[in-house]
Amino acid sequence: MKTSRRDFIQKTALFTGVFTLGFDWFSADASEMEVVASAGRFNAFLSIDSLGKITLFSPNPEIGQGIKTAFPVVVAEELDVDWAQVQVEQANLDTKLFERQLTGGSGALKHSWERLRKAGATVRKMMMQAAADQWKVDVNSCKTSKGVVLGPSGQKATYGSLAEAASKLPIPTEVSFKDRKDYKIIGTRVKGVDNKNVVTGKPLFGIDIRKPGMVFAQIIRPPFGATLKSFSAEDVKKMPGILDVVSFKNKVAIVGSSTYEILQARASLTCDYGSDSPLESNSTHAKWFDEGMKSDKAQVMRKDGDFAAALAKAVKVVEATYECPFISHSPMEPMNFFADVKKDSALLAGPTQVPQPAQKAVSDLLKIPIDKVQVEISKMGGGFGRRLNNDFVLEAAELSSIIQKPVLVMWTREDDMSGGTYRPAARYHFKAGLDANGEITAFYLRGVGLNAGNSTRQDNFPVGAIENVLIESFDQKSAVTTGPWRAPITNFLGFAEQAFLDEVAEAGGKDPVQMRLQLLAKVISNPVGKITYEPARFEEVIKQVAEKAQWKKKPGVHQGFSVYYSHLSYVAQIAEVKVENGKPKVTKVTAVTDCGEVINLSGAENQVKGAIIDGMGHALYAKLNFQAGVASPQNFNAYRMIRGNEVPVIDAHFVNNGIAPTGLGEPALPPTGGSIANAIYAATKKRHYKQPFN
Amino acid sequence: MAINCTVNKKKVSLDIDPNTPLLWALRDHLSLLGTKYGCGIAQCGACTVWVNGEPTRSCVLPISAVSNAQITTIEGLDPVGKHPVQVAWDELDVPQCGYCQAGQIMTAAGLLKKNPHPSDQEIVDGMSGNICRCGTYHRIQEAVKLASKKIKK
Ligand code: FES
Ligand code: FES
Repeated sequence: MKTSRRDFIQKTALFTGVFTLGFDWFSADASEMEVVASAGRFNAFLSIDSLGKITLFSPNPEIGQGIKTAFPVVVAEELDVDWAQVQVEQANLDTKLFERQLTGGSGALKHSWERLRKAGATVRKMMMQAAADQWKVDVNSCKTSKGVVLGPSGQKATYGSLAEAASKLPIPTEVSFKDRKDYKIIGTRVKGVDNKNVVTGKPLFGIDIRKPGMVFAQIIRPPFGATLKSFSAEDVKKMPGILDVVSFKNKVAIVGSSTYEILQARASLTCDYGSDSPLESNSTHAKWFDEGMKSDKAQVMRKDGDFAAALAKAVKVVEATYECPFISHSPMEPMNFFADVKKDSALLAGPTQVPQPAQKAVSDLLKIPIDKVQVEISKMGGGFGRRLNNDFVLEAAELSSIIQKPVLVMWTREDDMSGGTYRPAARYHFKAGLDANGEITAFYLRGVGLNAGNSTRQDNFPVGAIENVLIESFDQKSAVTTGPWRAPITNFLGFAEQAFLDEVAEAGGKDPVQMRLQLLAKVISNPVGKITYEPARFEEVIKQVAEKAQWKKKPGVHQGFSVYYSHLSYVAQIAEVKVENGKPKVTKVTAVTDCGEVINLSGAENQVKGAIIDGMGHALYAKLNFQAGVASPQNFNAYRMIRGNEVPVIDAHFVNNGIAPTGLGEPALPPTGGSIANAIYAATKKRHYKQPFN
Repeated sequence: MAINCTVNKKKVSLDIDPNTPLLWALRDHLSLLGTKYGCGIAQCGACTVWVNGEPTRSCVLPISAVSNAQITTIEGLDPVGKHPVQVAWDELDVPQCGYCQAGQIMTAAGLLKKNPHPSDQEIVDGMSGNICRCGTYHRIQEAVKLASKKIKK
């Protein structure tokens, strides 16, 4: 294993107190200097001081996906220390120190797996070398255990006692990693490093940020597609606690000294809007879907063989249309951000999944040199993709530059739900042609999305198993803003496809599980065109879930099957439904996930269960309506979130294959709508084609 | 006229608009930031605190209604986190993002104060008023059960 210089910091000065050379990335923050002065920072991810304090730095924003725990687990494992010995700290944005400081796409572990192991293993090797030098023995005769180097004749030295000597050694270029059978922390249940602070109510979140001289603000945003014509500020400005009312970019900001006073002022402020073209409503979107389905301008995303000719020869044709509305992310903590913009510097603080683009965008907008824009990353009360869009960061920065004060911009729930960057609305039309044996000979999909970009995933299974395929995508521009929503596109496409394949299996007289396995066998023996998934891993999750859930072996239990590949992970599900008072009720979901090596079993279970509950809740209830550019509902009274008395038993299993870890924040969501809809069909003979079901 | 009440065993005097919801008085005027805003309309439970020992949604309760009342927030439940509910929450690793959890914990602790040994159904019913967007519902229910066992001892 080669160690690249890039991951490691020049550390010659660490124990001498000279920090000027090679430490430009520490800026001139005196307090941070002190921290470093007393701690031997070996590399971006860890420091060990002479008193034995081991600090692991977690670079990525924490939104509830557990990264702040999972990353340090990997470092600690290869460093070979006891988990109880380490402290974990959230690192602020530092583009020189870290390569990828973002949360999105379930990509963190895949990106950093090698890097994190190297960070730990390298320092472990340096500790062994320092001890070997001291004892005048061969380094290969030394071992480590729980943060102690053990010598050949019973010598012992703690990492803390070796830290100074180790820090002066050259960084080894070759390190070896542990065999996974020797893992002591990876794969166990590790509790969230923030738990203690959470259960005692510590101020951890963006909304809890308080800085000297800070004021509060709320921003009134226009309907989608509308422009601000005028607003009545004069009376509002005189209201108690109101410091200013300013307007920028079609928005009106009310600045005040407390939240309630701002809320009161908001209630008396009126804004007049106009627009050049008609504002969008539900009927606009329905019309656009119809047009997009007929349009001859759809983009061909994939073509294998000759779909039209194969369909013409088919013995049976199955066709279905699926549709989903725009939905809001609704993280429990609404959007908010702190900004303190000075003439030539800015401090930004709060919950963003992507601090680096935030820094860049603010630097561009306000013409402040990028190295003068500092970003502090707070814990986030959920994200689900919403905080990948930095609109709320830019607003806060712009407002601070206008009022020349440090400001915390807070979104109410209503602002958050009506403020956009939604999961795009989409409609899908599927067609499958079957031969006399029920085999799929032709497969067609057109996706029409509203601000969805490519609404298909053209290379995903069952593509690769079918000779004649045509996949098309049509994107319609809308004034309604959209963005990634947990498992972008596949959060609904997964449902549509898995529900459709259930119909196809039935039409072809096949068992849904067997049909998938037959298709995968075809991919293995004779793939059609390019494939982006590993069919053997697909097979494994399918076989395991069928066994764990006793597929079709439980008399009187109605089951539905689905399987989906996203973010490089594979998840198969079997949902169970019983009919209570004439209504279907989901009682259980069994899920088998292949995300490679499971780093933290407790966190992994949380992600799978959370994603299934998320997928189920949104499949059942979520929908935004549009009237003249305004979204509704705007709060949880009418926008229903799934609750604790509605969740099924969830049985989560993981494939134990030791493959390098892949994403887990999202992959369990896409198959959920499908397994549930297919189980509801098994129970009621009623198919669902639209979300929400209810 | 100022409103006097007790918050986490400390006497406080609030000289602000009496219509101010308790939630914002706690957060903006008393710097008690553990109590969270989630909806402002009594739908999600993120803002749950105890008023005279009763779990209450502070986002819709004006401070005029808490004159002379005893208020307990998450910071006052047990500042070092030794309340059985807090311990159970950590042990079972309940939090994901953690944002809803102060409200969940205050609801759970309130439930167990009234009914130290609830049935499974009573736990589900008692906790269903609180939304957790991350979907930690199973562990919340298990943690209430575990906390109930801890109380028994
Ligand atoms: S903030 Fe009070 S119930 Fe939601
Ligand atoms: S833990 Fe995130 S909302 Fe409950």
